Amino acid sequence: MAEPLLDISGLSKRFETPGGFGQKPRSMMAVRGVSLRIGKGEVVGVVGESGCGKSTLARLVLRLLEPTDGRLVFDGQDLTALSAREMRRMRRRMAMVFQDPYSSLDPRYTLEEVLGEPFRAQGLPVPEGRIAELLAQVGLPETMRGAYPHQLSGGQRQRAGIARALALHPEFLVLDEPTASLDVSIQAQIIALLQDLRARLGLTYLFISHDLGLVRYFCDRIVVMYLGAVVELLPAAATPPRHPYSRALMDSTFVPDPGQRRDLVGLTGEIPSPFNLPKGCAFAARCPRVTARCLAEVPLLEASGPHALACFNPLPEL
Amino acid sequence: MSAAGFATPVAAALRSRKGAVAGLWLAAMVVAAVFAPLLTPYAYDVQDLPGAFQPPGAAHWLGTDEFGRDLLTRLFYGARTSLSVSAIAIGISVLAGMILGAAAGYFGGRFDRMVTALVDLSWSFPEILVALILVAIIGPGVTGTMAAIGVAYLAQFTRLARAQIMAIKSETFIEASRSLGASDGFILFRHLIPNTLAPVLVAGMLATGDAIILEATLGFFGLGAQPPTPSWGAMMSSGSAQLFKAPGIILFPGLAVAITVIAINLFGDALVRALDIRRRERTG
Amino acid sequence: MLLEVENLSVTIGRVTPLDGVSFGLDRGQILGLVGESGSGKSLTALAVTGLLPLIGGRVSGGAVRFQGKDLAGMKPAALRALRGRRIGFVTQNPMTALDPVQRIGAQVDVVSRLHLGLSAGAARARTLDLLTQLRIPEAAAVCEAYPHQLSGGMKQRIVIAMALAGEPELIVADEPTTALDVTVQAQIIHILATLVRERGLGLVLITHDMGVVAQVCDRVAVLYAGRLAEAREVRGLFAAPRHPYTAALIGCIPREGMAPGALTGIPGAVPSVTAYPPGCRFHPRCPRALPACATEVPALTGGALACLNPLEMPHG
Repeated sequence: MAEPLLDISGLSKRFETPGGFGQKPRSMMAVRGVSLRIGKGEVVGVVGESGCGKSTLARLVLRLLEPTDGRLVFDGQDLTALSAREMRRMRRRMAMVFQDPYSSLDPRYTLEEVLGEPFRAQGLPVPEGRIAELLAQVGLPETMRGAYPHQLSGGQRQRAGIARALALHPEFLVLDEPTASLDVSIQAQIIALLQDLRARLGLTYLFISHDLGLVRYFCDRIVVMYLGAVVELLPAAATPPRHPYSRALMDSTFVPDPGQRRDLVGLTGEIPSPFNLPKGCAFAARCPRVTARCLAEVPLLEASGPHALACFNPLPEL
Repeated sequence: MSAAGFATPVAAALRSRKGAVAGLWLAAMVVAAVFAPLLTPYAYDVQDLPGAFQPPGAAHWLGTDEFGRDLLTRLFYGARTSLSVSAIAIGISVLAGMILGAAAGYFGGRFDRMVTALVDLSWSFPEILVALILVAIIGPGVTGTMAAIGVAYLAQFTRLARAQIMAIKSETFIEASRSLGASDGFILFRHLIPNTLAPVLVAGMLATGDAIILEATLGFFGLGAQPPTPSWGAMMSSGSAQLFKAPGIILFPGLAVAITVIAINLFGDALVRALDIRRRERTG
Repeated sequence: MLLEVENLSVTIGRVTPLDGVSFGLDRGQILGLVGESGSGKSLTALAVTGLLPLIGGRVSGGAVRFQGKDLAGMKPAALRALRGRRIGFVTQNPMTALDPVQRIGAQVDVVSRLHLGLSAGAARARTLDLLTQLRIPEAAAVCEAYPHQLSGGMKQRIVIAMALAGEPELIVADEPTTALDVTVQAQIIHILATLVRERGLGLVLITHDMGVVAQVCDRVAVLYAGRLAEAREVRGLFAAPRHPYTAALIGCIPREGMAPGALTGIPGAVPSVTAYPPGCRFHPRCPRALPACATEVPALTGGALACLNPLEMPHG
């Protein structure tokens, strides 16, 4: 792996719900001890279903949420040790693209003001010509400079969101399901744009998605999360998954070829409540390969070479 | 930016028929209040007892009151008191409510709980009662009336501003702003307050109508502006004794209050509609 | 044929967002209705279920024939009897399709009581049976629950149960899985497909995902900006798409072993209904557009292709 840009170790986040009338305060671990190294120029995909903690992880990495435990080292600097003011400055080097292009732009401001905001937020002057440059980089016509968000299509808004993230020349982007609320045709456009920007600007991405097919196309390495924890780390996009959950995710993708019809069964059973995790493996209740040990013990993430997984009864290696 | 953002819907409101008529009346009232000395040859406080109780006629368009003072003149000067007291009181109340509500909504925590408790508490009293208590403390007169009106409506604006801030706070663009390194102050003044302003200003506008009634009520009880300063409420109060002898003395200020309040409400409705259309365009 | 949509046009106010759409469906078949947002898929669903008046629209041309009867000529009461009883509708968002203050059981019961005239007891027995068939564990407990107590996938299964409760012959499902997690999506699609095969129902499956179409559909109708682009049997369509739009849509799904950069999407965006371009509506985005495409509306040839410069038929 290339020199690490971001080193995440033992990252955890606990959310507490305050007690109300007759209700006890409850707590849940949204992210449980995630460790991950992201090399310079790498695209790491985090995949999982709703409630797996992938969006929380995205926010922890930028310290938009404060981690309960663990360390974040970005380019040699411990982010968790930075003061709020220092962290704000650090955000020039890392940025985020959000899922919903409709609510991620303030309806009151024109595109020009949206793209100028990163500079204003940092107390910097907007450099001459930078707005035009950003618009060109994401493929928006210069004539849209004065447009309000409601005048843009979903794809154009997402391009604006990407341009805003690029404004301060960051090295690292967290992409939180940037295409999940777009049409497939527009999704493909945005993915192509992100690939192009990565090549031209030498960016490093943490790409959050629920779509394993897309992640396998776009990412160099893949992290599979389930209920707040990493269950498998695939060293390459093409590595066949061995964890039964990763396998189920892969079997749930719809291959666009009627010649390769799969028996689509999905997963039975329901995800356990994060407020009340089972004693053993969190996936045991839905797992087709469950053993007695899975119900009693929590499997830890163990690496055999670059491929790591947390399972007592994984699928055989191919 | 926010002034310009608000000018468009105002113009749109004026383009509707109801909005235009209401706007015209309100503009006329403001002109009457501001230019009262230029619009009438009479003074509002010079008594002419032989000329008392004149019916409407060429010299006195609306007649004279029990002291022979020109009613139209007193209506104009009354508009000064009634409109300025209401508008200033509501203006201060909107500003204070906005700051309190925004701070409570944005920072949350103990401060928010305290503000919310106070707002809830004050909502359990009728506005007139709050106003009467305050006038009793500060004493009757213009200052007391303003304070009474301002405090009576403070809770309403605080609650509205807080609710708006809470709603906008959860929008992704707030998080996006934070991810770019924006400070709390930057987010508050660039995103939260501008997005809260329009609905709070509309509510303030509508509350001004209620405030005119509240001011008139206090004036009617003799707790508002003190004689000889005319206010619509005080004029009605003195006219109530002459209800059958000279109904105009109570009727004309009463009409002025009623029509002005209706005009404010109609204009407010038109404004709400204009703002709504803009919002629908955004999301649609 | 169970369902025959012939040259269907829909008008809302002054605009005609759907213009000359045709397709057909037999019992035991799944028809995929695909296209990007704004292509007229949901509008077609509303026309087929007779729900157009809800959004102030009307059928302004062509016909929707269900078992040979034209829905457009039917009285509202007859349509209501048909909908729910003979035609079931599964909506996109299971989160809002259920009444939040009624228990699940009561919401499903009411359909069979209304349309099949069952007693309360018989209706509940049927509901329990349906929920079990949809592989809902502890059906009796679920009947007593309120919608907010259930997960999204569970709610969507309840919505499907409601659509099935009147024993319909046709189900129209409008993006039934977009709001759901991937493993749950697969499960719901699997349930729907099994129902069609086992009971000989017809299913119109509206989706924007060509992957879903490839996995379960028998026939496909591709819509673009309110017009039919191409309608064919699924294997042929994927093996050799003829309309450039069909080919582009298929190309938007990442596949195993696709080279980086191979996924490019379709440039531009679907025009809004008030800004449809003249000629073929796809021509501004089409890689194969000819000068004539900008002026001439391509007619539906061979029953199912509207393109002046289609991709070649494979030889042999």
